Amino acid sequence: MRKGWAHSQTCIERHNNMIIDHPLLGPRDAREFVYLGDASLMNRPDWKDENAAEQFYEYLYLRTNTMGEHRELWYHEHGDRSWLVVTRHTLTHEITKVELARDLGLNVGQNK
Amino acid sequence: MRYSGLKIFTEALTGNKGWGPNWRQPTPKDTYDVIIVGAGGHGLATAYYLAKEFDIHDVAVLEKGWLGLGNVGRNTTIIRSNYMLPGNEPFYELSMKLWEGLAQDLNYNVMVSQRGLLNLFHNDPQRDSFIRRGNAMRLAGADAVLLDQDGVRRMYPFFDFDSSRFPIKGGLLQPRGGTARHDAVAWGYARKCDELGVDILQNCEVESFIIEGGICKGVETAKGSIRANKVAVCVAGSSGHVMAMAGLRLPIESHVMQAFVSEALKPVIHGVVTFGAGHFYVSQSDKGGLVFGGDIDGYNSYAQRGNLPVIEDVCEGGMAIMPMIGRARILRAWGGTVDMSMDGSPFIDKTDIERLYFNGGWCYGGFKATPASGWCYAYLLANDKPHEVASKFRLNRFKSGNMIDEKGMGAQPNLH
Ligand SMILES: Cc1cc2nc3c(=O)[nH]c(=O)nc-3n(C[C@H](O)[C@H](O)[C@H](O)COP(=O)(O)OP(=O)(O)OC[C@H]3O[C@@H](n4cnc5c(N)ncnc54)[C@H](O)[C@@H]3O)c2cc1C
Repeated sequence: MRKGWAHSQTCIERHNNMIIDHPLLGPRDAREFVYLGDASLMNRPDWKDENAAEQFYEYLYLRTNTMGEHRELWYHEHGDRSWLVVTRHTLTHEITKVELARDLGLNVGQNK
Repeated sequence: MRYSGLKIFTEALTGNKGWGPNWRQPTPKDTYDVIIVGAGGHGLATAYYLAKEFDIHDVAVLEKGWLGLGNVGRNTTIIRSNYMLPGNEPFYELSMKLWEGLAQDLNYNVMVSQRGLLNLFHNDPQRDSFIRRGNAMRLAGADAVLLDQDGVRRMYPFFDFDSSRFPIKGGLLQPRGGTARHDAVAWGYARKCDELGVDILQNCEVESFIIEGGICKGVETAKGSIRANKVAVCVAGSSGHVMAMAGLRLPIESHVMQAFVSEALKPVIHGVVTFGAGHFYVSQSDKGGLVFGGDIDGYNSYAQRGNLPVIEDVCEGGMAIMPMIGRARILRAWGGTVDMSMDGSPFIDKTDIERLYFNGGWCYGGFKATPASGWCYAYLLANDKPHEVASKFRLNRFKSGNMIDEKGMGAQPNLH
Protein backbone atom coordinates (compact mmCIF):
# COMPACT_ATOMS: atom_id res chain seq x y z
CA MET A 1 0.00 0.00 0.00
CA ARG A 2 2.53 2.52 1.20
CA LYS A 3 4.87 1.69 -1.60
CA GLY A 4 2.15 2.22 -4.14
CA TRP A 5 1.33 5.54 -2.64
CA ALA A 6 4.96 6.66 -2.63
CA HIS A 7 5.20 5.63 -6.26
CA SER A 8 2.17 7.64 -7.28
CA GLN A 9 3.59 10.63 -5.43
CA THR A 10 6.73 10.57 -7.57
CA CYS A 11 4.61 10.17 -10.68
CA ILE A 12 2.67 13.22 -9.70
CA GLU A 13 5.82 15.19 -9.06
CA ARG A 14 7.33 14.12 -12.31
CA HIS A 15 4.24 15.20 -14.15
CA ASN A 16 4.21 18.34 -12.09
CA ASN A 17 0.61 17.91 -11.08
CA MET A 18 -0.52 21.15 -9.55
CA ILE A 19 -1.38 21.27 -5.87
CA ILE A 20 -2.89 24.53 -4.66
CA ASP A 21 -2.24 25.27 -1.01
CA HIS A 22 -5.62 26.72 -0.06
CA PRO A 23 -5.20 29.27 2.80
CA LEU A 24 -8.17 27.75 4.67
CA LEU A 25 -8.30 24.13 3.53
CA GLY A 26 -4.66 23.21 2.97
CA PRO A 27 -3.20 21.48 -0.10
CA ARG A 28 -5.84 20.67 -2.73
CA ASP A 29 -5.53 19.13 -6.20
CA ALA A 30 -5.90 21.75 -8.94
CA ARG A 31 -8.67 19.69 -10.55
CA GLU A 32 -11.01 20.77 -7.74
CA PHE A 33 -10.77 24.28 -9.15
CA VAL A 34 -12.02 26.20 -12.14
CA TYR A 35 -9.58 28.59 -13.78
CA LEU A 36 -10.64 32.08 -14.76
CA GLY A 37 -7.45 33.93 -15.74
CA ASP A 38 -5.23 36.90 -14.95
CA ALA A 39 -5.90 38.36 -11.48
CA SER A 40 -6.18 41.79 -13.10
CA LEU A 41 -9.79 40.74 -13.75
CA MET A 42 -10.42 41.77 -10.15
CA ASN A 43 -9.75 45.39 -11.06
CA ARG A 44 -12.95 46.23 -12.86
CA PRO A 45 -12.82 49.72 -14.38
CA ASP A 46 -15.15 52.45 -13.15
CA TRP A 47 -18.05 52.91 -15.55
CA LYS A 48 -18.16 56.60 -14.63
CA ASP A 49 -14.68 57.28 -15.98
CA GLU A 50 -14.49 59.39 -19.11
CA ASN A 51 -12.71 56.70 -21.12
CA ALA A 52 -14.67 53.84 -19.56
CA ALA A 53 -15.35 52.16 -22.93
CA GLU A 54 -11.64 52.01 -23.73
CA GLN A 55 -10.86 50.77 -20.22
CA PHE A 56 -13.49 48.03 -20.39
CA TYR A 57 -12.19 46.94 -23.79
CA GLU A 58 -8.72 46.52 -22.35
CA TYR A 59 -10.03 44.92 -19.17
CA LEU A 60 -12.12 42.34 -20.95
CA TYR A 61 -10.07 41.50 -24.02
CA LEU A 62 -6.38 42.32 -23.64
CA ARG A 63 -3.95 40.22 -21.61
CA THR A 64 -0.37 40.70 -20.52
CA ASN A 65 0.01 36.91 -20.93
CA THR A 66 3.13 36.79 -18.79
CA MET A 67 5.92 34.31 -19.38
CA GLY A 68 7.09 33.92 -15.78
CA GLU A 69 5.34 34.65 -12.50
CA HIS A 70 1.61 34.99 -13.10
CA ARG A 71 -1.06 36.05 -10.63
CA GLU A 72 -4.32 34.37 -11.51
CA LEU A 73 -7.82 33.61 -10.30
CA TRP A 74 -8.89 30.07 -9.39
CA TYR A 75 -12.37 29.23 -8.10
CA HIS A 76 -12.70 26.34 -5.65
CA GLU A 77 -15.82 24.90 -7.25
CA HIS A 78 -15.55 21.41 -5.78
CA GLY A 79 -14.62 22.80 -2.38
CA ASP A 80 -15.56 25.85 -0.38
CA ARG A 81 -16.35 27.98 -3.45
CA SER A 82 -13.90 30.67 -2.59
CA TRP A 83 -11.91 32.62 -5.16
CA LEU A 84 -8.16 32.37 -4.78
CA VAL A 85 -5.36 34.46 -6.20
CA VAL A 86 -2.60 32.01 -7.05
CA THR A 87 0.92 33.10 -7.96
CA ARG A 88 2.27 30.51 -10.36
CA HIS A 89 5.17 30.38 -12.79
CA THR A 90 3.94 29.84 -16.34
CA LEU A 91 7.16 28.13 -17.44
CA THR A 92 7.46 25.65 -14.55
CA HIS A 93 3.89 25.62 -13.12
CA GLU A 94 5.45 26.13 -9.68
CA ILE A 95 3.04 27.76 -7.24
CA THR A 96 4.67 30.19 -4.82
CA LYS A 97 1.78 31.99 -3.19
CA VAL A 98 -1.94 31.46 -2.61
CA GLU A 99 -4.20 34.19 -1.22
CA LEU A 100 -7.92 34.56 -0.68
CA ALA A 101 -9.22 36.92 -3.34
CA ARG A 102 -11.71 38.24 -0.80
CA ASP A 103 -8.91 39.50 1.47
CA LEU A 104 -7.16 41.21 -1.41
CA GLY A 105 -10.43 42.71 -2.63
CA LEU A 106 -11.24 44.07 0.83
CA ASN A 107 -7.77 45.63 1.03
CA VAL A 108 -8.26 47.38 -2.28
CA GLY A 109 -11.69 48.57 -1.19
CA GLN A 110 -10.36 49.98 2.07
CA ASN A 111 -7.66 51.94 0.32
CA LYS A 112 -10.05 53.56 -2.15
CA MET B 1 17.05 19.21 -56.79
CA ARG B 2 13.79 17.70 -58.01
CA TYR B 3 12.55 14.61 -56.23
CA SER B 4 11.07 11.90 -58.42
CA GLY B 5 10.75 8.17 -58.76
CA LEU B 6 13.58 8.21 -61.29
CA LYS B 7 15.81 10.08 -58.85
CA ILE B 8 15.21 7.48 -56.14
CA PHE B 9 15.94 4.75 -58.63
CA THR B 10 19.20 6.21 -59.88
CA GLU B 11 20.31 7.09 -56.35
CA ALA B 12 19.65 3.53 -55.26
CA LEU B 13 21.93 2.30 -58.03
CA THR B 14 24.69 4.79 -57.25
CA GLY B 15 24.98 4.34 -53.50
CA ASN B 16 22.66 7.22 -52.48
CA LYS B 17 25.53 9.67 -52.69
CA GLY B 18 23.61 12.40 -54.50
CA TRP B 19 21.25 13.53 -51.74
CA GLY B 20 22.20 16.89 -50.24
CA PRO B 21 20.84 18.84 -47.28
CA ASN B 22 17.37 20.30 -47.81
CA TRP B 23 18.36 23.82 -46.82
CA ARG B 24 21.48 25.93 -46.25
CA GLN B 25 22.72 27.27 -42.91
CA PRO B 26 23.30 30.86 -44.07
CA THR B 27 24.91 33.64 -42.04
CA PRO B 28 22.52 36.54 -41.51
CA LYS B 29 22.78 39.53 -43.82
CA ASP B 30 22.56 43.06 -42.37
CA THR B 31 19.22 43.82 -43.99
CA TYR B 32 16.35 42.05 -45.68
CA ASP B 33 13.23 43.19 -47.40
CA VAL B 34 11.07 41.07 -45.09
CA ILE B 35 11.93 39.39 -41.80
CA ILE B 36 9.60 36.66 -40.62
CA VAL B 37 9.89 35.79 -36.94
CA GLY B 38 9.24 32.09 -36.25
CA ALA B 39 10.01 29.12 -38.50
CA GLY B 40 6.89 27.14 -37.74
CA GLY B 41 4.52 26.00 -40.45
CA HIS B 42 2.98 29.45 -40.84
CA GLY B 43 6.26 31.37 -40.95
CA LEU B 44 7.78 29.04 -43.54
CA ALA B 45 4.60 29.00 -45.64
CA THR B 46 4.54 32.80 -45.56
CA ALA B 47 8.13 33.01 -46.80
CA TYR B 48 7.41 30.45 -49.51
CA TYR B 49 4.37 32.25 -50.92
CA LEU B 50 6.11 35.64 -50.62
CA ALA B 51 8.85 34.33 -52.90
CA LYS B 52 6.73 32.21 -55.18
CA GLU B 53 3.51 34.20 -55.58
CA PHE B 54 4.61 37.74 -54.87
CA ASP B 55 8.19 37.65 -56.16
CA ILE B 56 9.69 38.92 -52.90
CA HIS B 57 12.84 36.84 -52.44
CA ASP B 58 14.89 38.96 -50.06
CA VAL B 59 13.36 37.27 -47.06
CA ALA B 60 14.73 35.80 -43.81
CA VAL B 61 12.88 33.47 -41.47
CA LEU B 62 14.28 33.80 -37.93
CA GLU B 63 13.84 30.88 -35.56
CA LYS B 64 14.88 30.76 -31.94
CA GLY B 65 15.64 27.02 -32.00
CA TRP B 66 15.49 24.68 -34.96
CA LEU B 67 12.73 24.86 -37.53
CA GLY B 68 9.72 22.78 -36.64
CA LEU B 69 10.45 22.88 -32.92
CA GLY B 70 7.10 24.46 -32.09
CA ASN B 71 3.52 23.44 -32.67
CA VAL B 72 4.01 22.45 -36.28
CA GLY B 73 5.88 19.41 -34.97
CA ARG B 74 3.57 18.79 -32.01
CA ASN B 75 0.06 18.72 -33.40
CA THR B 76 -2.29 15.84 -34.15
CA THR B 77 -2.18 16.67 -37.88
CA ILE B 78 -5.90 17.00 -38.54
CA ILE B 79 -6.88 19.09 -41.54
CA ARG B 80 -10.48 20.13 -42.23
CA SER B 81 -12.62 23.04 -43.36
CA ASN B 82 -15.72 22.48 -41.27
CA TYR B 83 -16.24 25.92 -39.77
CA MET B 84 -19.53 27.74 -39.78
CA LEU B 85 -19.05 31.50 -39.65
CA PRO B 86 -18.52 33.52 -42.83
CA GLY B 87 -15.39 35.13 -41.35
CA ASN B 88 -13.78 31.71 -41.06
CA GLU B 89 -15.10 29.16 -43.52
CA PRO B 90 -13.89 30.60 -46.87
CA PHE B 91 -10.41 30.92 -45.36
CA TYR B 92 -10.29 27.30 -44.23
CA GLU B 93 -11.71 26.13 -47.52
CA LEU B 94 -8.92 27.97 -49.35
CA SER B 95 -6.53 26.15 -47.06
CA MET B 96 -8.10 22.80 -47.89
CA LYS B 97 -7.74 23.49 -51.62
CA LEU B 98 -4.09 24.39 -51.11
CA TRP B 99 -3.56 21.16 -49.12
CA GLU B 100 -4.96 19.19 -52.02
CA GLY B 101 -2.19 20.39 -54.32
CA LEU B 102 0.57 20.86 -51.77
CA ALA B 103 2.65 17.73 -52.39
CA GLN B 104 2.86 18.56 -56.11
CA ASP B 105 3.49 22.22 -55.45
CA LEU B 106 6.31 21.56 -52.99
CA ASN B 107 7.59 18.46 -54.77
CA TYR B 108 7.61 16.90 -51.32
CA ASN B 109 5.50 14.12 -49.88
CA VAL B 110 3.50 15.90 -47.18
CA MET B 111 1.28 12.83 -46.92
CA VAL B 112 -2.04 14.61 -47.23
CA SER B 113 -4.57 11.88 -46.60
CA GLN B 114 -8.19 12.84 -47.17
CA ARG B 115 -9.49 9.95 -45.16
CA GLY B 116 -12.67 11.70 -44.03
CA LEU B 117 -13.39 13.57 -40.83
CA LEU B 118 -16.43 12.52 -38.83
CA ASN B 119 -17.93 14.64 -36.03
CA LEU B 120 -20.29 12.51 -33.97
CA PHE B 121 -23.53 13.81 -32.52
CA HIS B 122 -25.39 12.36 -29.59
CA ASN B 123 -28.75 14.11 -29.40
CA ASP B 124 -31.31 16.03 -31.44
CA PRO B 125 -30.23 19.62 -30.79
CA GLN B 126 -26.70 18.67 -31.70
CA ARG B 127 -27.96 17.12 -34.90
CA ASP B 128 -29.74 20.38 -35.75
CA SER B 129 -26.63 22.41 -35.15
CA PHE B 130 -24.55 20.04 -37.25
CA ILE B 131 -27.03 20.33 -40.12
CA ARG B 132 -26.69 24.08 -39.88
CA ARG B 133 -22.91 23.84 -39.93
CA GLY B 134 -22.96 21.41 -42.83
CA ASN B 135 -25.10 23.82 -44.82
CA ALA B 136 -22.79 26.72 -44.03
CA MET B 137 -19.85 24.63 -45.19
CA ARG B 138 -21.51 23.77 -48.46
CA LEU B 139 -22.43 27.39 -49.08
CA ALA B 140 -18.72 28.18 -48.86
CA GLY B 141 -17.88 25.48 -51.38
CA ALA B 142 -16.77 22.81 -48.90
CA ASP B 143 -18.18 19.30 -48.67
CA ALA B 144 -20.36 17.95 -45.88
CA VAL B 145 -22.49 14.84 -45.55
CA LEU B 146 -24.94 14.15 -42.76
CA LEU B 147 -24.92 10.54 -41.58
CA ASP B 148 -27.57 8.86 -39.51
CA GLN B 149 -26.71 6.13 -37.05
CA ASP B 150 -26.65 3.45 -39.73
CA GLY B 151 -24.33 5.55 -41.84
CA VAL B 152 -21.87 5.81 -38.97
CA ARG B 153 -22.32 2.12 -38.17
CA ARG B 154 -21.26 1.20 -41.67
CA MET B 155 -18.02 3.15 -41.24
CA TYR B 156 -17.22 2.22 -37.65
CA PRO B 157 -19.25 -0.82 -36.55
CA PHE B 158 -17.40 -1.11 -33.26
CA PHE B 159 -18.49 2.21 -31.74
CA ASP B 160 -20.57 2.13 -28.57
CA PHE B 161 -23.78 3.27 -30.30
CA ASP B 162 -26.14 2.41 -27.49
CA SER B 163 -24.16 3.80 -24.60
CA SER B 164 -26.80 4.95 -22.14
CA ARG B 165 -24.97 8.18 -21.34
CA PHE B 166 -23.83 9.33 -24.80
CA PRO B 167 -25.55 7.22 -27.48
CA ILE B 168 -24.20 7.89 -30.97
CA LYS B 169 -27.03 9.14 -33.17
CA GLY B 170 -25.08 10.03 -36.27
CA GLY B 171 -22.39 12.35 -37.51
CA LEU B 172 -21.36 15.11 -39.85
CA LEU B 173 -18.79 13.82 -42.30
CA GLN B 174 -16.36 15.94 -44.27
CA PRO B 175 -15.02 13.44 -46.80
CA ARG B 176 -12.18 15.78 -47.88
CA GLY B 177 -10.98 16.24 -44.30
CA GLY B 178 -8.17 14.11 -42.99
CA THR B 179 -4.54 14.35 -41.93
CA ALA B 180 -1.14 15.44 -43.23
CA ARG B 181 2.37 14.68 -42.06
CA HIS B 182 3.18 17.67 -39.84
CA ASP B 183 7.00 17.53 -39.92
CA ALA B 184 7.03 17.01 -43.66
CA VAL B 185 4.97 20.18 -44.06
CA ALA B 186 7.65 22.19 -42.25
CA TRP B 187 10.47 20.47 -44.12
CA GLY B 188 8.75 20.71 -47.51
CA TYR B 189 8.14 24.44 -47.17
CA ALA B 190 11.64 25.02 -45.78
CA ARG B 191 13.26 23.21 -48.69
CA LYS B 192 11.32 25.23 -51.25
CA CYS B 193 11.96 28.50 -49.40
CA ASP B 194 15.65 27.80 -49.52
CA GLU B 195 15.50 27.02 -53.22
CA LEU B 196 13.79 30.35 -53.84
CA GLY B 197 16.54 32.23 -52.02
CA VAL B 198 14.96 32.67 -48.59
CA ASP B 199 17.43 32.59 -45.67
CA ILE B 200 16.28 30.33 -42.85
CA LEU B 201 18.20 31.46 -39.78
CA GLN B 202 17.97 28.89 -37.00
CA ASN B 203 19.17 29.48 -33.43
CA CYS B 204 18.49 33.15 -34.05
CA GLU B 205 16.02 34.20 -31.37
CA VAL B 206 14.48 37.64 -31.71
CA GLU B 207 15.22 39.48 -28.47
CA SER B 208 13.74 42.90 -29.22
CA PHE B 209 12.39 45.07 -32.00
CA ILE B 210 14.15 48.10 -33.43
CA ILE B 211 11.42 50.72 -33.38
CA GLU B 212 12.30 54.26 -34.45
CA GLY B 213 9.66 56.99 -34.49
CA GLY B 214 6.80 54.50 -34.37
CA ILE B 215 8.19 52.51 -37.31
CA CYS B 216 9.62 49.03 -36.98
CA LYS B 217 13.00 48.94 -38.65
CA GLY B 218 14.25 45.48 -37.73
CA VAL B 219 15.09 43.20 -34.85
CA GLU B 220 17.85 42.49 -32.34
CA THR B 221 18.66 38.80 -32.32
CA ALA B 222 20.97 36.29 -30.72
CA LYS B 223 23.11 36.76 -33.84
CA GLY B 224 23.15 40.57 -33.79
CA SER B 225 20.84 43.20 -35.22
CA ILE B 226 19.13 42.64 -38.54
CA ARG B 227 17.27 45.42 -40.32
CA ALA B 228 14.29 45.04 -42.58
CA ASN B 229 11.70 46.91 -44.52
CA LYS B 230 8.95 44.86 -42.89
CA VAL B 231 8.87 42.59 -39.84
CA ALA B 232 6.25 39.86 -39.72
CA VAL B 233 5.75 38.05 -36.42
CA CYS B 234 4.47 34.48 -36.64
CA VAL B 235 5.35 32.77 -33.36
CA ALA B 236 2.11 30.97 -32.35
CA GLY B 237 2.31 30.12 -28.61
CA SER B 238 4.94 32.80 -27.99
CA SER B 239 2.78 35.60 -29.44
CA GLY B 240 2.13 37.37 -26.14
CA HIS B 241 5.74 37.20 -25.06
CA VAL B 242 7.14 38.42 -28.38
CA MET B 243 4.63 41.21 -29.01
CA ALA B 244 5.20 42.48 -25.48
CA MET B 245 8.71 43.37 -26.69
CA ALA B 246 7.00 45.85 -29.00
CA GLY B 247 4.89 47.10 -26.10
CA LEU B 248 1.69 45.51 -27.39
CA ARG B 249 -0.89 43.60 -25.37
CA LEU B 250 -2.94 41.11 -27.35
CA PRO B 251 -6.37 39.49 -27.07
CA ILE B 252 -4.52 36.20 -26.52
CA GLU B 253 -3.59 33.88 -23.66
CA SER B 254 -1.00 31.09 -23.97
CA HIS B 255 -2.20 27.68 -22.83
CA VAL B 256 -0.87 24.14 -22.88
CA MET B 257 -2.39 21.57 -25.21
CA GLN B 258 -1.46 17.89 -24.92
CA ALA B 259 -1.46 15.07 -27.44
CA PHE B 260 -0.97 11.32 -27.20
CA VAL B 261 0.06 8.30 -29.23
CA SER B 262 -0.79 4.73 -28.31
CA GLU B 263 1.25 1.64 -29.03
CA ALA B 264 0.93 0.41 -32.60
CA LEU B 265 -2.28 -1.47 -33.34
CA LYS B 266 -3.60 -3.17 -36.45
CA PRO B 267 -5.53 -0.82 -38.76
CA VAL B 268 -8.83 -0.03 -37.10
CA ILE B 269 -9.66 3.68 -37.41
CA HIS B 270 -9.50 4.57 -41.07
CA GLY B 271 -10.56 8.20 -40.79
CA VAL B 272 -10.58 10.98 -38.22
CA VAL B 273 -13.28 10.80 -35.56
CA THR B 274 -14.35 13.33 -32.95
CA PHE B 275 -16.56 12.76 -29.93
CA GLY B 276 -19.46 15.19 -29.67
CA ALA B 277 -20.23 15.00 -25.97
CA GLY B 278 -16.77 15.81 -24.70
CA HIS B 279 -13.48 16.71 -26.26
CA PHE B 280 -11.72 13.80 -27.93
CA TYR B 281 -10.46 13.26 -31.46
CA VAL B 282 -8.52 10.39 -32.92
CA SER B 283 -6.88 9.11 -36.06
CA GLN B 284 -4.50 6.24 -36.65
CA SER B 285 -1.02 6.81 -38.01
CA ASP B 286 0.53 4.72 -40.74
CA LYS B 287 2.70 3.10 -38.09
CA GLY B 288 -0.46 1.97 -36.29
CA GLY B 289 -0.46 4.28 -33.28
CA LEU B 290 -3.69 5.96 -32.32
CA VAL B 291 -2.98 9.68 -32.41
CA PHE B 292 -5.39 11.51 -30.15
CA GLY B 293 -6.06 14.56 -28.07
CA GLY B 294 -8.77 16.56 -26.37
CA ASP B 295 -9.14 19.67 -24.27
CA ILE B 296 -6.42 22.12 -23.41
CA ASP B 297 -5.34 22.02 -19.76
CA GLY B 298 -7.02 25.35 -19.19
CA TYR B 299 -4.51 27.55 -17.34
CA ASN B 300 -1.92 30.00 -18.68
CA SER B 301 1.25 28.15 -19.55
CA TYR B 302 4.38 28.35 -21.68
CA ALA B 303 5.73 25.08 -20.25
CA GLN B 304 5.04 22.81 -23.26
CA ARG B 305 3.91 20.10 -20.88
CA GLY B 306 0.63 19.46 -19.12
CA ASN B 307 -0.90 17.66 -16.18
CA LEU B 308 -2.44 14.24 -15.51
CA PRO B 309 -6.12 15.15 -15.00
CA VAL B 310 -6.48 16.17 -18.64
CA ILE B 311 -4.87 12.92 -19.79
CA GLU B 312 -7.49 11.01 -17.81
CA ASP B 313 -10.28 13.19 -19.17
CA VAL B 314 -9.17 12.72 -22.78
CA CYS B 315 -8.92 8.95 -22.36
CA GLU B 316 -12.40 8.85 -20.85
CA GLY B 317 -13.68 10.59 -23.98
CA GLY B 318 -12.08 7.88 -26.10
CA MET B 319 -13.53 5.14 -23.94
CA ALA B 320 -16.98 6.66 -24.34
CA ILE B 321 -17.01 6.03 -28.08
CA MET B 322 -14.92 2.87 -28.32
CA PRO B 323 -14.46 0.99 -25.07
CA MET B 324 -12.29 -1.54 -26.90
CA ILE B 325 -9.29 0.81 -26.82
CA GLY B 326 -9.20 0.51 -23.04
CA ARG B 327 -6.44 -2.07 -23.15
CA ALA B 328 -4.20 -0.11 -25.49
CA ARG B 329 -1.25 1.55 -23.79
CA ILE B 330 -0.20 5.14 -24.30
CA LEU B 331 3.26 5.27 -25.73
CA ARG B 332 3.97 8.98 -25.76
CA ALA B 333 2.41 12.17 -24.45
CA TRP B 334 3.61 15.71 -25.03
CA GLY B 335 2.42 19.30 -24.89
CA GLY B 336 2.62 22.46 -26.96
CA THR B 337 1.95 26.10 -26.17
CA VAL B 338 -1.12 27.29 -28.01
CA ASP B 339 -2.11 30.92 -28.57
CA MET B 340 -5.74 30.98 -27.43
CA SER B 341 -7.56 34.09 -28.65
CA MET B 342 -10.54 35.76 -27.03
CA ASP B 343 -13.02 34.43 -29.59
CA GLY B 344 -11.22 31.31 -30.73
CA SER B 345 -10.35 32.79 -34.13
CA PRO B 346 -6.97 33.97 -35.45
CA PHE B 347 -5.36 37.26 -36.52
CA ILE B 348 -3.54 38.14 -39.73
CA ASP B 349 -3.11 41.88 -39.53
CA LYS B 350 -0.96 44.99 -39.36
CA THR B 351 -0.23 46.33 -35.90
CA ASP B 352 -0.36 49.90 -34.62
CA ILE B 353 3.38 50.04 -35.17
CA GLU B 354 4.13 50.76 -38.79
CA ARG B 355 5.78 47.91 -40.74
CA LEU B 356 5.23 45.46 -37.91
CA TYR B 357 2.77 42.69 -38.77
CA PHE B 358 1.18 40.01 -36.68
CA ASN B 359 -0.08 36.49 -37.39
CA GLY B 360 -1.33 34.44 -34.43
CA GLY B 361 -4.20 33.41 -32.22
CA TRP B 362 -4.48 30.01 -33.93
CA CYS B 363 -5.52 28.28 -30.75
CA TYR B 364 -5.24 24.50 -31.05
CA GLY B 365 -6.33 24.46 -34.68
CA GLY B 366 -3.76 26.24 -36.80
CA PHE B 367 -2.11 23.29 -38.51
CA LYS B 368 -4.94 22.94 -41.01
CA ALA B 369 -4.60 26.67 -41.66
CA THR B 370 -0.89 26.51 -42.54
CA PRO B 371 -1.11 26.94 -46.35
CA ALA B 372 -3.83 29.61 -46.32
CA SER B 373 -2.27 31.44 -43.39
CA GLY B 374 1.01 31.64 -45.28
CA TRP B 375 -0.76 32.67 -48.46
CA CYS B 376 -2.86 35.40 -46.83
CA TYR B 377 -0.02 36.70 -44.66
CA ALA B 378 2.21 36.93 -47.74
CA TYR B 379 -0.61 38.74 -49.54
CA LEU B 380 -0.89 41.23 -46.68
CA LEU B 381 2.86 41.81 -46.60
CA ALA B 382 3.06 42.28 -50.37
CA ASN B 383 -0.02 44.44 -50.85
CA ASP B 384 -0.50 46.08 -47.47
CA LYS B 385 -4.14 45.10 -47.46
CA PRO B 386 -5.78 41.93 -46.22
CA HIS B 387 -6.59 39.04 -48.52
CA GLU B 388 -10.31 38.71 -49.15
CA VAL B 389 -10.75 35.47 -47.18
CA ALA B 390 -8.70 36.75 -44.23
CA SER B 391 -10.27 40.19 -44.08
CA LYS B 392 -12.05 39.50 -40.79
CA PHE B 393 -8.94 38.39 -38.89
CA ARG B 394 -8.31 41.87 -37.53
CA LEU B 395 -6.69 42.79 -34.23
CA ASN B 396 -9.27 45.47 -33.51
CA ARG B 397 -12.31 43.25 -33.97
CA PHE B 398 -13.07 43.16 -30.24
CA LYS B 399 -13.23 46.93 -30.19
CA SER B 400 -15.49 47.12 -33.22
CA GLY B 401 -17.68 44.22 -32.08
CA ASN B 402 -16.84 41.94 -35.00
CA MET B 403 -15.80 38.84 -33.07
CA ILE B 404 -15.71 35.50 -34.86
CA ASP B 405 -16.83 33.25 -32.05
CA GLU B 406 -17.68 29.84 -33.56
CA LYS B 407 -18.68 28.37 -30.23
CA GLY B 408 -20.36 31.45 -28.78
CA MET B 409 -18.26 31.20 -25.62
CA GLY B 410 -17.36 34.85 -25.12
CA ALA B 411 -14.06 36.31 -23.97
CA GLN B 412 -12.86 33.24 -22.07
CA PRO B 413 -9.92 31.74 -23.98
CA ASN B 414 -9.83 28.40 -22.15
CA LEU B 415 -13.37 27.61 -23.27
CA HIS B 416 -12.83 27.97 -27.01
C1 LIG C 1 -0.91 19.15 -29.01
C2 LIG C 1 -1.39 19.96 -30.17
C3 LIG C 1 -2.28 19.40 -31.09
C4 LIG C 1 -2.73 20.15 -32.17
N1 LIG C 1 -3.55 19.53 -33.09
C5 LIG C 1 -3.93 20.21 -34.20
C6 LIG C 1 -4.70 19.56 -35.21
O1 LIG C 1 -5.00 18.37 -35.13
N2 LIG C 1 -5.10 20.28 -36.29
C7 LIG C 1 -4.78 21.59 -36.43
O2 LIG C 1 -5.19 22.20 -37.41
N3 LIG C 1 -4.02 22.23 -35.50
C8 LIG C 1 -3.58 21.57 -34.39
N4 LIG C 1 -2.80 22.21 -33.45
C9 LIG C 1 -2.47 23.64 -33.62
C10 LIG C 1 -1.32 23.89 -34.58
O3 LIG C 1 -0.26 23.00 -34.31
C11 LIG C 1 -0.83 25.34 -34.41
O4 LIG C 1 -1.92 26.23 -34.44
C12 LIG C 1 0.12 25.76 -35.53
O5 LIG C 1 1.13 24.81 -35.71
C13 LIG C 1 0.73 27.12 -35.20
O6 LIG C 1 1.47 27.68 -36.25
P1 LIG C 1 3.02 27.39 -36.50
O7 LIG C 1 3.18 26.06 -37.14
O8 LIG C 1 3.56 28.52 -37.26
O9 LIG C 1 3.58 27.39 -35.00
P2 LIG C 1 4.96 26.90 -34.41
O10 LIG C 1 5.45 25.67 -35.06
O11 LIG C 1 4.81 26.89 -32.93
O12 LIG C 1 5.94 28.08 -34.86
C14 LIG C 1 6.28 29.21 -34.11
C15 LIG C 1 7.79 29.30 -34.08
O13 LIG C 1 8.19 30.56 -33.53
C16 LIG C 1 9.39 30.34 -32.84
N5 LIG C 1 9.66 31.46 -31.95
C17 LIG C 1 9.03 31.77 -30.78
N6 LIG C 1 9.58 32.86 -30.23
C18 LIG C 1 10.57 33.26 -31.06
C19 LIG C 1 11.50 34.35 -31.03
N7 LIG C 1 11.52 35.23 -30.03
N8 LIG C 1 12.38 34.45 -32.05
C20 LIG C 1 12.38 33.55 -33.08
N9 LIG C 1 11.52 32.53 -33.15
C21 LIG C 1 10.62 32.37 -32.15
C22 LIG C 1 9.15 29.02 -32.14
O14 LIG C 1 10.37 28.43 -31.73
C23 LIG C 1 8.42 28.22 -33.18
O15 LIG C 1 9.27 27.41 -33.95
C24 LIG C 1 -2.33 21.50 -32.33
C25 LIG C 1 -1.45 22.07 -31.40
C26 LIG C 1 -0.97 21.31 -30.34
C27 LIG C 1 0.01 21.93 -29.37
